[in-house]
Amino acid sequence: MSLTASPEQTPTGPPESDSGSPARRSARLGDRIFAGAALGAGLLIMVVLAGVFIFLLIQGVPGLSVDPSTYGQGFDNFWSYVAPLLFGTIFISILALIVAVPFALAVALFISHYAPRRLATPVAYVIDLLAAVPSVVYGLWGGRALAQALKPVINWLGDYLNWIPLFKGPASPNGQTALTAALVLGVMILPIITAISREVFAQTPRLNEEAAIGLGATRWEVIRLAVLPYAKSGVIAGIMLGLGRALGETMAVTMVYSSSPKFTLNIIGDTSPQTIAANIANNYSEATPDKQHVLIAAGLVLFAFTFAVNFIARWAIGRGERNLAR
Amino acid sequence: MTALLAPSTLARPRLPRWAPVVVAVAALAVAGLISLLFGWSWIALLVVAGLLYVFALPLWSRVLEGPRAATDRLMTHLVWGSFVVVCVPLLWLLILVVQKGAPVINGHFLTTSMRGVIGSMPGGILHALQGTIVVTLAASIIAVPIGLMTAIYLIEYGRGGRLARVITFLVDVMTGIPSIVAGLFALALLVMFFGPAFRAGIGGAIALALLMIPTVVRSAEEMLRLVPSDLREASYALGVPKWRTIVKVVLPTAIGGIVTGIVLAISRVIGETAPLLVTAGYNDSMNGNLFSGRMTTLPVYIFNQYKTPGATPLGAHAADPPGYARAWGAALVLIVIVMILNIIARIIGKIFAPRY
Amino acid sequence: MAKSIDITDLDIYYGDFKAVEGVNMTIKAKAVTAFIGPSGCGKSTFLRSLNRMHEVIPGARVEGKVTVDGQSLYDSAIDPVEVRRRIGMVFQRPNPFPTMSIYENVLAGNRLNAKRMPKATADTIVEKSLRGANLWNEVKDRLGKPGMGLSGGQQQRLCIARAIAVEPEVLLMDEPCSALDPISTAAIEDLIHELKSDYTIVIVTHNMQQAARVSDDTGFFNLKAAGQPGHLVEFNPTKTMFTTPDNPDTEAYISGRFG
Repeated sequence: MSLTASPEQTPTGPPESDSGSPARRSARLGDRIFAGAALGAGLLIMVVLAGVFIFLLIQGVPGLSVDPSTYGQGFDNFWSYVAPLLFGTIFISILALIVAVPFALAVALFISHYAPRRLATPVAYVIDLLAAVPSVVYGLWGGRALAQALKPVINWLGDYLNWIPLFKGPASPNGQTALTAALVLGVMILPIITAISREVFAQTPRLNEEAAIGLGATRWEVIRLAVLPYAKSGVIAGIMLGLGRALGETMAVTMVYSSSPKFTLNIIGDTSPQTIAANIANNYSEATPDKQHVLIAAGLVLFAFTFAVNFIARWAIGRGERNLAR
Repeated sequence: MTALLAPSTLARPRLPRWAPVVVAVAALAVAGLISLLFGWSWIALLVVAGLLYVFALPLWSRVLEGPRAATDRLMTHLVWGSFVVVCVPLLWLLILVVQKGAPVINGHFLTTSMRGVIGSMPGGILHALQGTIVVTLAASIIAVPIGLMTAIYLIEYGRGGRLARVITFLVDVMTGIPSIVAGLFALALLVMFFGPAFRAGIGGAIALALLMIPTVVRSAEEMLRLVPSDLREASYALGVPKWRTIVKVVLPTAIGGIVTGIVLAISRVIGETAPLLVTAGYNDSMNGNLFSGRMTTLPVYIFNQYKTPGATPLGAHAADPPGYARAWGAALVLIVIVMILNIIARIIGKIFAPRY
Repeated sequence: MAKSIDITDLDIYYGDFKAVEGVNMTIKAKAVTAFIGPSGCGKSTFLRSLNRMHEVIPGARVEGKVTVDGQSLYDSAIDPVEVRRRIGMVFQRPNPFPTMSIYENVLAGNRLNAKRMPKATADTIVEKSLRGANLWNEVKDRLGKPGMGLSGGQQQRLCIARAIAVEPEVLLMDEPCSALDPISTAAIEDLIHELKSDYTIVIVTHNMQQAARVSDDTGFFNLKAAGQPGHLVEFNPTKTMFTTPDNPDTEAYISGRFG
């Protein structure tokens, strides 16, 4: 334990108080206990995280080898069951990113560089509040209001753009489709990406922006020259965090549409790709103990995958910082 | 070079001041005309007019002012346009929740449970409120001490050491745990000890605590780091032991920020649904016992009402099924709670804002 | 190329606050004009108003006239972006773009107008500008390296190279040496002497010796009192300024009795 800064070593202590006095001893005991508690809490975090892995493993591994009928029709082992789910998770999340990223970055620029200051502060505050809206409320909105409003759009896509695999159809009649869910996810992760990007945009050194302005750059050119290159790694990190959120999001998907594990690009039909998280939530209430194991194993796959994404995000941040430090 | 060839004048042809107005009016007119021809709705009209405006003005600018100015104008339009587009779902959501939720909320809704409620009988959210408070409180009791002590370790004891770096990394990993995985973990833990059918509030509390800890650690760490080291040194110089220095000097200095972080962490997890769905389950009645029996929280209540809305009462075929109405009402209550927590956090942050 | 600047009755405001009041002067072409004065007297604000850089601060506006070659800078037909292209600026602290190489830094301004230029043209501009900024010999072997890797003084000369690469008519310098060591400062001062033959140079400095060394004309700015707008006390050839100033305040300031 590092107690180098503790008063025992400081020469300023009163000379008569030798380290054997009762007061001293109790002080040292207090220090030990407190330092031990702090260390213990830190170690507990390690234990808990290891526990998450271990418990999921213990409860999940049996799910790899249950009777094939548990997985459901058409799946003869765990991997053939989880592969389409993983595909669906990634696919829907990437669709959500495609929707969210351009708007999120534009709104971040709006707050940091375009909006009049009187507007920028409240807008930033509102965006932060939106990140706090519970996902179940987004799900409610998506499943009821957005699905209803998207009906004509989905029908139109199914009628006229059905040569694109995404819109192969036949269009679901109630608007509750994977496309709807991807849009809801996009709306949900937008505040996250915006919040992080806005912060890095605002941190662009004033000096660099002035350099660009002084060269006769237009506002957009200032952003291109001085803001975007500087913010690149931060923005990537924000996008990855948004992706992480989308991958693990359960309610917004569960409440908007239900489907079964399937490899398909069709996002407006009744059979659509399903995500791991939503699949767990959908099947949980009536799961047998065996099925429970299967679902926990699927959760472990999701955990491993989100872990990888977050890890890459942090690596990207670190690399960006090193690049700028050169 | 280019500058030599360019006319030595600073004046460039520029779009007149009234150009945006003219283009806006023209865009509206053209869109209006098309809508009339094809019988579009006013939403389509606005979308088309908006698109026309966003691209037409830069096009004019390109002809008159050149490509650089045109790009600048286009990007400005796209940024403003994106802002407007983003406002649509967000305002829509908030307005809808208020509009659909407010009529449902009354004294009865807030003070009864769903016990014995069938069909369109009036039911309430009292049991869900109780569950939410109990579970969130329990989660905070688990998460706050662990998170706070970890932050103290990272800043006061482990500074820069290898263990501190590992813990920081693990906290980062925890931030990325999907909430449903946290739920599965709590479930796996309890199932190990109490059998596969065990469902109780404590499982939800554990899952939420797992989600809270990284937020608490991060915010507390940040705040402790802001405490100037002069303060600590002054205290050591007086012969105060390190732990008393932390408790009496460091923590009080950072307390505002730490509390703000905790309140924000609570507001984050209070709306979690998925982990509670798998651990605490759903129940129609009041249950204040964390360790036995299923326990409903507000988000799970919303989800449940949404999934099983019941039938629309006879004679009121235009109305929503009763479950949807209750879901909207509960959603409004939940949003209000989250907003209040956020505002409290802001106020605490303001009051205790560091003054050094 | 180099142009003179005429300023008549110029007032500069930030919102309701009047920062600079009633400036009249003529800045000569192909000469160095220096502004001195205590901090907060508005000399930097005034310098920035000469290429409309101050407009990046919301609420900033001017009253009065600034004319370059007979054209009023604040005319509604004038494009501020074009003004800044023609009237270049070097800042207090060196600010090369951190993500760009030395080569790309020099070309940053040129690339705005011509995205694709032949490699030969680009090479010519880079070499000419870096030679112009007395930096060529030091960096010619590492043009592809990041500009941030240079020393402070080299970075500032890189910024000067970047500013002159677009062949401006006027070069504004806002305390260009205040963040540099004496040796780098001497290098920049030498450079200013050389640049004078091609450019109109306006420099703000808090160092009176520097003003005396590099400038042909000097303007002294001062505040009547704290919170009052800054104003031009005296504008004269540097020699007069430092030997027989017209105004007793100037003499007091120059002889170090205040400020």
